[in-house]
Amino acid sequence: MYVAVKGGETAIAHSLELVADKRRGDRAIAELTLEQIDQQMGLAVDRVMTEGSCHDRSLAALAIKQARGDLVEAIFLLRAYRTTLPRFGDSVPLDTSRMLAERRISSTFKDVPGGQVLGPTYDYTHRLLDFTLAANGERPAAPTAPADTTGDLPRVGDILEREGMLEPPPPASSGAPAQDITRTPLTFPASRPVRLQNLARGDEGFLLALAYSTQRGYGNNHPFVGEIRFGSVPVSFVPEELGFEIEIAEIDVTECDMVNQFAGNSETPPQFTRGYGLAFGHAERKAMAMALCDRALRVEELSESVTSPAQDEEFVLAHSDSVEASGFVQHLKLPHYVDFQSELVVVRTLRAEVEKRKRQEALDRAAE
Amino acid sequence: MSGPLLSAKGVTKRFGGRIACQGVSFELWPGEVLGVVGESGSGKTTLLNCLAGRLMPDEGIVSYETKSMGTVDVHRLSEARRRLLARTEWGFVNQDAREGLRMGVSAGANIGERLMAIGARHYGNIREVASDWMERVELDIERLDDRPTAYSGGMRQRLQIARNLVSEPRLVFMDEPTGGLDVSVQARLLDLLRGLVDRFHLSAVLVTHDLGVARLLTHRLMVMQGGRVVEEGLTDQVLDDPQDAYTQMLVASILPV
Amino acid sequence: MPDQTYNDDVNSETGAYNYAYLDEQTKRMIRRAILKAVAVPGYQVPFGGREMPLPYGWGTGGIQVTAAIIGRDDTLKVIDQGADDTTNAVSIRRFFAKVADVATTTRTEEATVIQTRHRVPETPLKDGQILVFQVPIPEPLRMLEPRETETRTLHALSEYGVMQVSLYESIARFGRISKAYNYPVLVNGRYMMSPSPIPKFDNPKLDRNPALQLYGAGREKRIYAVPPYTPVKSLDFDDHPFEIEKWEQACAYCGSKHSFLDEMIVDDDGQRLFVCSDTDYCQERQETQRQSEQKK
Repeated sequence: MYVAVKGGETAIAHSLELVADKRRGDRAIAELTLEQIDQQMGLAVDRVMTEGSCHDRSLAALAIKQARGDLVEAIFLLRAYRTTLPRFGDSVPLDTSRMLAERRISSTFKDVPGGQVLGPTYDYTHRLLDFTLAANGERPAAPTAPADTTGDLPRVGDILEREGMLEPPPPASSGAPAQDITRTPLTFPASRPVRLQNLARGDEGFLLALAYSTQRGYGNNHPFVGEIRFGSVPVSFVPEELGFEIEIAEIDVTECDMVNQFAGNSETPPQFTRGYGLAFGHAERKAMAMALCDRALRVEELSESVTSPAQDEEFVLAHSDSVEASGFVQHLKLPHYVDFQSELVVVRTLRAEVEKRKRQEALDRAAE
Repeated sequence: MSGPLLSAKGVTKRFGGRIACQGVSFELWPGEVLGVVGESGSGKTTLLNCLAGRLMPDEGIVSYETKSMGTVDVHRLSEARRRLLARTEWGFVNQDAREGLRMGVSAGANIGERLMAIGARHYGNIREVASDWMERVELDIERLDDRPTAYSGGMRQRLQIARNLVSEPRLVFMDEPTGGLDVSVQARLLDLLRGLVDRFHLSAVLVTHDLGVARLLTHRLMVMQGGRVVEEGLTDQVLDDPQDAYTQMLVASILPV
Repeated sequence: MPDQTYNDDVNSETGAYNYAYLDEQTKRMIRRAILKAVAVPGYQVPFGGREMPLPYGWGTGGIQVTAAIIGRDDTLKVIDQGADDTTNAVSIRRFFAKVADVATTTRTEEATVIQTRHRVPETPLKDGQILVFQVPIPEPLRMLEPRETETRTLHALSEYGVMQVSLYESIARFGRISKAYNYPVLVNGRYMMSPSPIPKFDNPKLDRNPALQLYGAGREKRIYAVPPYTPVKSLDFDDHPFEIEKWEQACAYCGSKHSFLDEMIVDDDGQRLFVCSDTDYCQERQETQRQSEQKK
């Protein structure tokens, strides 16, 4: 009997049709537009851009639409697209002190210069399902206070640092960009810039769980939110042809500075230590989780010992990527019948040997 | 062989501002067992780890006379050579046997590992050698295929010893080998160790806080306090006629048996 | 290979992708890794793997290796579990047909590049052919030692005792070495290698094979290689030598007693049929038998 080569191809083609059909859903219902996704599901777009390592709202919206709302799948789509993009160079490092902040808070002091700006956040909402949203057409009242702060927002970290109470941030690099983990493979031990890249595009759920674990005693580092700020920052680039800096975009980012347990010994006076998190768009949970994981992974620099999974660099960095994890976990659906066949052969042989031995023992006993 | 098997000159190790051990020097000759006694925090375990190449001293030199490569500076060896030495000519018996064993594989595999690491490829032979060693350390050979998880503390320690001695090392480092075991188990283990040291002409550096263990197993003794060696000499002399005030206090505080 | 960037619009669906999907810089980077791998047989070379349009676990490593070496004059065969028609093999073959405008075949003899998942073709390979393996976990010691920093050191120092211990343990527990696939090998007497999850049945085919063997692990970002005619030895003990699987049955279709057989359950009573896993090999034999029948 001849096994048709075409069989698999037809099955795949049909499967693709079914997926396209499911994606569209009931044709009588209006199709989602990318603008609707970008505007009204903006936080999903933010996450896909951050973990997809690609800042493009409409591409991220398209990925979300194509993936039917499965954000890990959308992240994969965006990453695969990113692979095909040409690289012109690196931007100038973002200067978040120039941020036009819509929201800026600190838990370390009751009030800070520039004030606690609450901004748009779910933190003060009551989590009651709002059924008025189910009926379309509700227009919320226009905000009464201005959205941005134009005033100066000195960093809480700088204030503490001036007193010597907080360790200074790592020195600015000589100008050479850090190793790009999307171009060269991750190796261990990893430097802090490499760790931060990995965490920035790491799965939010995974980092959240690890961060949570540190708070529950698995490597506690006594964190405080030094500062969280959300708003827009300019992105600058120095094209070779021009030789000077030009602003090419303005993007929203969320930044978190954690202030952690103080290190110190008989020779060095104690200071608070830092953890840092950054994400595209408005993503406080991600930025905070990242900052807690960053601090947990600084065990080597701060002469601490690894006592928990969150502090284990190889464990955290090797498993943080949702695209890698999803691929490998789901690949178990692929045929494995040849290897399974090998196992069947082994197990059957072993069972036969055990049977044979038992029969022999029974015969020996009978003979006595 | 002309010189000492192991020698230390001015070995010093600090952790931050704290001195763990300072200026330790000695010579160990073939067949000698040197004891290092002191209370916890005296620096004896740090010293042992420096001697065994596990910790890098801040000052000082540790020299070892190898079987066929002359005398080497332990800390200037390449990692490859040091690891090979640790697996062949040296042994290290940890206080907690779990640190010196593979808990997930059988006793036989544990003992056979050093042989397999240097190229032994005959399963039957490896098993036989492993069985021989089980007997020498007074373990039941019926339990060759059991994992150390099924063993008692004393049995695990015997297994750890066998795992180290199978490669016929010339020098064994021991960190409180009877620590944490019942008194009667300790006594039998000490007897075993003494027998093995004699029979295989082993040299050893033995760290212990237990003067009874020191008396039974060691030829010479170094007493450490606060990272420094305060007294040294023949074991019996040091224990029966201590000169240093600290040593006198240590000796006096042993409960008479 | 010319230096210019191809921008052939091979298919309106894919738009203007470079030849074989990857840009030339990336292909160069992968080729450099391949050259290093060939120079040190069995050694895992890290490479800057890219996200591909197929998920990790679906053969992105093999795809990147193939994409880096394939050219218009090549003929590509893709198999999964030994068969050309399994869905993943079909998917990958379609991908390359689309982005590389390359001839494809199911005939082992006609292929210049064969990408495979979990099997080595039964038909002996020839000098000039390239076999590209899809590898999930490139590190043979990974299940014994999860830390990358430690396994790197073990390879550098040739400290493979831990693997021998695990084989000893298998014999102590089961009376035999129970590893059935992904059976560890020593390449050129130096590096321990994972041959990918091929059944141990296929291990002997790796030894001194005239073809070039390339191994790609996309998610783990490693490439390694076995140059033609390199000794590849499966680990064992002198008194428990390496042995391959055997079947009592012969292939129900072509009668082969020397190929790897798939077991298929054909009815509710649990009736079984054993068929060659390598579909091309089986068809070849059937064809030969048909022709010799006709000659009679």
